[in-house]
Formats: sequence, C-alpha cells, structure tokens
Amino acid sequence: MIHYYETNLPPHLRTLKDEIEGYAREYGLDFFETIFEVVDADDLNEIAAYGGFPTRYPHWSFGMQYEELNKSYSYGLSKIYEMVINNDPCYAYLMRSNHVVDQKLVMAHVYGHCDFFKNNAYFAHTNRKMMDEIANHAARIRSYVERFGEDEVESFLDRCLSLEDLIDIHSVAIKRREENKRFDFNQATTETSAEPVQRVKTKSYMDEFINSSRSQRPDPEEAKKQAKEQTPQSFPDRPEKDILLFLLEYAPLKAWQADILSIVRDEAYYFMPQGQTKILNEGWASYWHSTIMTQKVLHPSEVLDYADHHSGTMAMSGGRLNPYKLGIELLRDIEFRWNTGRFGPEYEACDDLEKKRKWNLNLGLGRQKIFEVRLIHNDITFIDTFLTPEFCMQHKLFSFAYVDNPGQYVIESREFQKIKQRLLFSLTNFGKPWIYVINGNHRNRGELLLRHMHNGVDLKLAPAMDTLANIQYLWGRPVHLETVLDGKPYLLSFDGTEHTSKPIGETDESKNKSTSKTR
Amino acid sequence: MGQKIERDHQRFRKIVRGKIKSNLSKYISRGELIGKKGKDFVSIPLPQIEIPQFRYGQKNSGGVGAGEGQVGQPLTNPQGDGQPQAGDTPGGHILEVDLTLEELADILGEELSLPRIEPRGKKNIVTAKDRYTSIRPVGPESLRHFKRTYKRALKRQIASGTYNPEDPIVIPIRQDKQYRSWKETQLPESVAVIVYIMDVSGSMTDEQKEIVRIEAFWIDSWIRKHYNGIETVYIIHDALAQEVDEHTFYHTRESGGTKISSAYELANKIIDTRYSPTEYNIYVFHFSDGDNWGDDTPKCLDLLNKVLLPKLNLFGYGQVESPYGSGEFYDYLVELAEKNNNMVLSRIPDRDSILKSIKEFLSTGR
Repeated sequence: MIHYYETNLPPHLRTLKDEIEGYAREYGLDFFETIFEVVDADDLNEIAAYGGFPTRYPHWSFGMQYEELNKSYSYGLSKIYEMVINNDPCYAYLMRSNHVVDQKLVMAHVYGHCDFFKNNAYFAHTNRKMMDEIANHAARIRSYVERFGEDEVESFLDRCLSLEDLIDIHSVAIKRREENKRFDFNQATTETSAEPVQRVKTKSYMDEFINSSRSQRPDPEEAKKQAKEQTPQSFPDRPEKDILLFLLEYAPLKAWQADILSIVRDEAYYFMPQGQTKILNEGWASYWHSTIMTQKVLHPSEVLDYADHHSGTMAMSGGRLNPYKLGIELLRDIEFRWNTGRFGPEYEACDDLEKKRKWNLNLGLGRQKIFEVRLIHNDITFIDTFLTPEFCMQHKLFSFAYVDNPGQYVIESREFQKIKQRLLFSLTNFGKPWIYVINGNHRNRGELLLRHMHNGVDLKLAPAMDTLANIQYLWGRPVHLETVLDGKPYLLSFDGTEHTSKPIGETDESKNKSTSKTR
Repeated sequence: MGQKIERDHQRFRKIVRGKIKSNLSKYISRGELIGKKGKDFVSIPLPQIEIPQFRYGQKNSGGVGAGEGQVGQPLTNPQGDGQPQAGDTPGGHILEVDLTLEELADILGEELSLPRIEPRGKKNIVTAKDRYTSIRPVGPESLRHFKRTYKRALKRQIASGTYNPEDPIVIPIRQDKQYRSWKETQLPESVAVIVYIMDVSGSMTDEQKEIVRIEAFWIDSWIRKHYNGIETVYIIHDALAQEVDEHTFYHTRESGGTKISSAYELANKIIDTRYSPTEYNIYVFHFSDGDNWGDDTPKCLDLLNKVLLPKLNLFGYGQVESPYGSGEFYDYLVELAEKNNNMVLSRIPDRDSILKSIKEFLSTGR
C-alpha cells in the first residue's frame, strides 16, 4: 500500500535552513531556491538509485543500484548523507534519521553544490527543469512499454544504455556542424549556395531582401542531378564522436526506438557535467560546509560529532583517492597560495627555498580566486592548472599501474609528472576510450566503420564485442571497429550473427598473393 | 512516496535468478560460489549485471592513489576488476545474493531435473518436540509473557477506572498474569550420513581436489535438503586410510601408493560403530583418480559387494582424470555397478563435467 508522509521540513529544520541559507549568501554563494525534503532511508536509497530523480523511467538497472545501496545501508557499510539535484529550484533530500549536526552539515554542503550548479560554466547547458523533463521521459517510455511490451522496450533500453557514454563531451561548447534534422523537407534550399550566378548585385543591407533564399531556389530537377554528381567523399565529413547523434540521424530506427535513444542521450548529456566536475564540485561543497560549520553554525556541544563525520567523509583509505579530499585540499591550497601571493613568475623563479617557505605578500586574493575557479574550471583544467609537486608530496599521492607479471596493480611512481599524467588520463573522457564514427557507408555497402583512438591502453575485448553487437542492432548493417591490440592494428567486426577480428593490413589480396607465391 | 523502485528491483531479482539458472554451470565451474555463511545461508558473490560498454582493459592501465608505500609495492586493495577511476567509484562490483541452501538446492534440482530422494524406511522413527505456541493463565514465572500481562493489567485498570494517564503506573495482579504454553508435536525423523572418501595419493593434484570439493558441496546441499539431520564423515586414503575433519580433507596432500580397500574397510568400521544402517540413510561417495595397487582391487570389489553395498542408500564412485593415474579402477567397478542399482559410477574429466556427474550421482533418487 502506498502511504504518503510529510516530506516538508519540520519547524526546527526550517529555522536551521533559513539560518544556513543566510550565512551562505553572506559568503557570496549564489544559488537557485533550494527545496529540502525529509525522507526515510528506503526512499533516499530509491531516489539515489534513480540518480536523484524519483520520477525516472523504469529499468532494472535502477533496481540493481537500489539493492546495492539498500544492502550496504542495512549492513552499516555506507550511508548516503545528501542528494542534490541540479534543477531550478534545486531539490535536496535529507535523511530523516540523521542527527541535527548531520542535517546542518548536509544543508551547508548542499548550498555549496547549488551554487556550483548555478555558476559553473560546464553546467550552463543543462536543463534546469530536468525534474519535469525526466518525468516526461518516464511517461513516454511507459507508454511505449504499454504499446510494445515490457520485454521489447527493456531490451532496447539495455542496448541504448550500453551506448550511453558514446557522446561528445565538448559538443555542448563547440558547434561542430549543423544538426541534421531527421525530416528536413526543405533540404533543397540548402543547396542554393552552389548557384551564385543568379545573385543580383545589391547593396549589402538590401541583400537579404533581394537575394532571399526563396527567389534563389533552383529547379528541383537540377538540384537532384547536382546531388548525384557530388557523391560525398566520406560521410560524416569528419570523425563524429557523438555516436548516439549519428545513430539518431542515420540509423533505421522506428519512431519509438529513436525517441528512447534520444531520451538516453539527453540524460547522458544532462548528467555529464557532474562527472566532469566531480572533484571540483565535491571539493567546493566540502569547502563550504567546513567553512560555514566551523565559523558559524556549529554549537560547541556538536564539535566532536561534526569532526567525526567530516573526517569520515574526507578519509582516504586503502590507497584510494577521495575526490572530496582532493577537491577541498586543492581549493584550500589555492586559497592559501593566492592569499600569500605564492604564484606567478616571480615566485616560480625563486631559487631560495627558505625565502619561498616564508613567502607572503599579504595579497588576500584567495577567496576571490577560488570563486573564479568554481566559475570556469572542470576537473581536468582544475588538476592541470593547480596540482603542484608540493601538494602531491604533502598528500602522499602516488601513481599506480597494472603489471602483467603478478597480474595486479603496483605503485608505479611518486614523481609529480607521472602522477599528474595518470590523474589527467583517468579524468579525460571520464577515463573511457575515445570512439568515433569514421564512415557511415563503409565499403559503399552502408556498413558502419568506427575507430578507437588508441592512446596506450587497449580496449577490454569482451565488453567491446558486446557493445559492438548493440551498435549493430541499431545500425542494421555490419559494424566494424578499428582498434589496436597488443600494438597491432585490428579490425573487430560484427555482422549480426558473427564476431570476427582480424589484423588490419593483412587484406585478402595480400594473403592470396603470398599463397600464390608459395605455389 | 511509493516504492516505485520495488518493481525495478523485482525485475532485477528475476533477471538475476534467471542468470543463476542459465549460467549455473559457469558459476559452478568457476568455483565462484560457495561462501558458506552460518548454517543455513550461502551467499553467492554474483557479479553485478554489467551492461557492456567500451572500456579500457587492464594492460598498461593505471591511476592515482594516496597513502604510504614504496614504489613497486603491490596495492593491497586491488580496485575491483575494472579500470580504477579517480576514486569516486565504490570498490569491486561484487553483489552478493543470499539464497538459503534450500533455495539453492531447489535451483540445482530444477536445473538438473533431479528426482526427489525417497528416504528409506525411517518413517517409524518419531521424535517429540515442544513448541511454544499458546498462552495460559498459570505457569512458572520464567515463562511469563510480559507484554500480554501488562496489556491485561492496563485493560483492567482502564475498565475499573484506576488508571491515571497523568501518572501512568500499571501494576499487574495475579489474574492479569499470562504465561507461555507449549504443545508437543510429533516429527518424523529421517537422518542421513554422507561419507566422503578421497584418494590423496601423490597423483591427485590441487585441481582435482577442487573438483572434488565443488562436487561434494553440491551433493551435500541436495541431500541435506531431504533430511532433517545430516552428518558427514571424511576419509582420506593413500596406502592407509584415516578419518579427518573437513578442512584436512580438502587440504591434505599426501604422497605414496594407493590402497583403496583400506578406505572401504575404515568406512565400514565407522558405519558399523556409529551409524547403524537401520537408523540411517547412508551415502558413500568415493573420489579417486582410479589408480590402485594391483593386488588390492579384488579385495575392494569383494568388500563393496558383500559388506558395504547392502548397507548403503547409494555408493557413488567419481573418477577424476589425472595426468598420472592409470584410471583402471573404474573399469573394474563397471560390472559390479550393473548388478547393483545403488551404485553409480561417474567420470569427471574436468570442471565442466561436474554438473553432469552430479546428475549421474543423484538422478537415482535414492
């Protein structure tokens, strides 16, 4: 039975909210209106399993998430403190059973996140009414489930989710090309530019009116002929990273399938910035909960509890890098450096260690600097710009690498360059391989050719094959992936029934030649 | 907020269960299974269903961590089997699905379409068991039902108007007191003993012991499902046989010759002294690489035929394939097995044939 309960803030938390919100604004944080809801552990786990959106579409993978969260919560292994949604208004969930200190900490933390969502450049493109949008997505998918059956829709969703990370993370900032509308009935008009002859000479400000595209439209027969003549050299014109978009535009999908794929793609783009700014975002929120708590709201009787929970969140254990810790420490480091003026060529060029250690210009630019950082940086640029050798040493960072012989990860180095390189690598494209569409009409047979831009690490073969099969299902024609295995270029293919992999360069012809020679 | 997640969760569980079924052989042969938890539960570490995506492999991969340690030192906490991330991902994605042994045995039985075991002739053995299921107004104080007693007292006080909500003191009197009471129930008892015999002569390698271990676990689960009380006896033998505990059974590596008869003699002795065939359902499973001391074989056959087999529900002989053993013992047993329907032979050349072998052993329904 469904029973509803009060998710509104109880009075004592409402007072707290007002108080903390006031402090946050005093410090210069700038956020959307934030709505706190108080929920029980089960519901918080449910919401978290749905990626923060209680209205998400149905899929078993959320059930899987839920089971994991729920189990680890009930065994006391882990507990979700907060959940904030990038939306206007911002939604944040508080666990009902949390102690008041925790609620304070979480609220302060949440305002940090809200400020980040609103101001960070990488979130600029996200839909701020995502709560509604996601509910729409769910309603659409449910209606497909009703019309086409659960198994049908679910297995298609499985395939889409297998491809969800094949998007172009930079496409939101750069317009690489015009988007092809799927049903562009006016295509002929775009061809007109090829016919400059009919242009009437005019003054520039009149041009638009006299040489309007309507009067320019050429004879449709002629346009067709022309289109035939200029067979595209390659298609797409340049490697396309947004494979989902490419599939949406050119794969022979049914309307409902295309809609589901577009839903998966939209949500992938929406969630992308949170992955892009994990370290900075969590660091920023932690910086602010720490600042607000220790300077303003913390009651003396709560200090121990607060310290316990704060250090628990910041702990690095088992050699793992904790993004909260890395973020907050880097931000504090930046604040310190800009307060004391330890930046710029003069400081860098200084050889005197003693002088460097005591360097202090009393600039007091720290706070201003970190606000700038939260405005324009993502994790990659953040690490690239502000990670220093001193910082690595102080926090005992190391890089590790997989060693074949014992078949495990081994501490590789404590050198700054190596650490930074490994860290940046693991953040670039979310630590996932770069895959592009090279040709949508491979071998002139409508086959799809993908390429893995190899940068030192091979693909994991088994899932790559399965993913390829999923792309093939959507594309309908055989699909190929160029990659490198053990230093040799390979072509993985799936034609709908059979997986093949063969080294590139050893074409059939050359084989024939070599055999004929031996004869 | 309704538990919308419930549906997705159920769906996932269904898929997982389906997975267990269709890939049962995979899990068994990988030996991934089997972490016995307590007495009744087994937890199956189930890899989460991972939707395939393009990912980096391990080779040449790496990442950044923090903490103590020398360069070159292996990480104590290998970060799952996937690509280690910058740190936000929870550790290795292993999901444990708890199934009771009973459920596990059901799945096994369904998968292999095993017949139910019919316990033989022990239905007349009945034990009485007390169950505390009811309430009565008299009894010893140690059985007093606290909650009910106070509820009655509260009722009485409210009815008689002596209850004061401002000063809520409830004092039970003699008539309020309630005591737990028991009923005697009759339970038919059927008990079983499983004797595992393993050849640990020099020719048995670790791989073969692992096969024996996995097979024994499944046989155990299945038989256990059908009996209330079950006991196990472990015997290892080379030229001499000895009874050992479970741990030793799977971990000893002896060397030397093989005299199978020694083990049969010992098994017989144990059965005679501790498990009378009139009271117990007795199962004997013998695993060997089939290499026996030449002169010993006739003696084994004799022992089996005349002494052991009449006492047993089932005698199973599983022969693992070893690079060293001759494997001829199997051939000697064939004739005997044809004559006795409580004797089953099975060859287990590798891990993949474990399931087949279990089926051979247990499809007799004995």
